[in-house]
Amino acid sequence: MKGQPEPVQVVKTRRDGALNRLVAGVPYIQWMGIRFDRRGDELTAILPFRDELIGNPFLPALHGGAIAAFLEVAAIIELSWSSLWEEMEAGKLDPAGVDSAHLPPLPRTIDFTVDYLRSGLPRDAYARARVNRSGRRYASVHVEAWQDNRARLFAQATGHFLMPER
Amino acid sequence: MSKPDSLEIARQFIATLPHSRALGMHLDALSDGVAVISMPWDARFVGDPATGVIHGGAVSALMDTAAGAAVICHPAGAAVTATLDLRIDYMRAATPGQRITARAECHHVTRSVAFVRATAFDADEGRPVAQAVGAFTVDRPVKAGGAA
Repeated sequence: MKGQPEPVQVVKTRRDGALNRLVAGVPYIQWMGIRFDRRGDELTAILPFRDELIGNPFLPALHGGAIAAFLEVAAIIELSWSSLWEEMEAGKLDPAGVDSAHLPPLPRTIDFTVDYLRSGLPRDAYARARVNRSGRRYASVHVEAWQDNRARLFAQATGHFLMPER
Repeated sequence: MSKPDSLEIARQFIATLPHSRALGMHLDALSDGVAVISMPWDARFVGDPATGVIHGGAVSALMDTAAGAAVICHPAGAAVTATLDLRIDYMRAATPGQRITARAECHHVTRSVAFVRATAFDADEGRPVAQAVGAFTVDRPVKAGGAA
């Protein structure tokens, strides 16, 4: 039998706390300046524009490598977040225990293929990843990235990942 | 091999790419269609704090830069190029603390597309860290009288 539902703020604090600590624990994500916006279990990765992300200064356009990195970060965090979420909601994991010293082991990239659809403009970029298949050992993740217009993707990617031993 | 001044021009070109400069990339060698670019291990670029291994994204940026440079220095290559597609296979984790070097070769160029393969190593050159294949645009200078 279930008791009273938890107050919304308690739930939000727990979920946001776990996500923030997961993201804050990875130095490269901090260096890139990537943030994550959460709606329930859905994540949107945000790459705020800054000059250091430019590849071609004459256009100017975002560096293809920065775009690849942004999409890979979005894929890995989505994958870790979806397993973290399940454990957290099932009460198997104490989200307060997730910090930089106790991060859940991260999935490792096996391969990553980026499809560049149009040049990245010098402004903020957004990405959402979808876990198409998540098995015990392998996972396949698709990521879509856009800037001004959600329907006009500027890049998409598919990657395979090795899941951490658990 | 290319003339020393073209290596210097290319080195300056790499230095003008803000993202490559931010990652501390250095152009080690450049000849017809082949570019070697390296970057130092840096705590800021770590992807897995448990192991100190550099994030795959930083390796992707290195490979992409080397591949683009290979296209630009190919005799039939482009003055300007952009990545159309890049696939990277990660064979093993790069050893923390070691420099990562990418060697990219532009092996085929058509009127519109350049094809590149690249390999990344750390100090153990016998065991590549990652491999990449990519397709790049070939943007040729517009003829006089054309649109700018």
